[in-house]
Amino acid sequence: MKNFAKIVIAAFAAILIYATSGLPIPGDPEAPVSGHISEFYIENSMEDTNTPNVVTSVLADYRGFDTMGETLVIFTASLACMLILIKRSADD
Amino acid sequence: MIKRYNSIIVDVTCRIMVPFIQLFGLYVIFHGHYSPGGGFQGGVLLATSIIVHRLCMGYKESYAKFPPQRAYMIGAIGMFLFVLTALTPVFFGGAFLDFSFLPIPRLEPAELRYYGILIAEIWIGIAVFGSLLVIFDKLTERRGG
Repeated sequence: MKNFAKIVIAAFAAILIYATSGLPIPGDPEAPVSGHISEFYIENSMEDTNTPNVVTSVLADYRGFDTMGETLVIFTASLACMLILIKRSADD
Repeated sequence: MIKRYNSIIVDVTCRIMVPFIQLFGLYVIFHGHYSPGGGFQGGVLLATSIIVHRLCMGYKESYAKFPPQRAYMIGAIGMFLFVLTALTPVFFGGAFLDFSFLPIPRLEPAELRYYGILIAEIWIGIAVFGSLLVIFDKLTERRGG
């Protein structure tokens, strides 16, 4: 069973490394991020969401799904802490 | 396990600091539209205020003021309400997390998204507050008793 966990982790790592090879190079001017998306957020944030702070409108509105994931990560961390450090009786 | 720190200076400083840290945390959450900040930062500040209280007053007094069980509840409720708020537009013809479909009457879509961001930030702040406090409480818990 220990080996099974190791195999699953190795397979997951292999998938992640394979997926990383498809990402654009950081700072690549041809990447979609440096193309139209950033400009769209900066230009339309005020009339779309009435929010002067573009960072807030991107985080909570345009990329709300990402923020929900982040909150879930913190919540899961607290759950994991609770389960790992759960109080055990003395004879355990 | 944290024991009370027997010093009048620490005691008074903590008593003065805690409400102001909490006020600043609320300011960071509610002013996220106009200044740096938002739910995460404000939630961390709120959690910090309770952690400062725990460190200075000791667990006995601090647990009486703010029981650890309340932190679990607050974290879970914040997360649940955030997902519920994200899910609400689905029932009113919008997409998941599309706050312009929130069912608040007499508001433009842009204003709806403004208030949607505010509501989301509040729930994020509450969820982060509870979760961080649970982590701290669990790491400093009294063991073997």
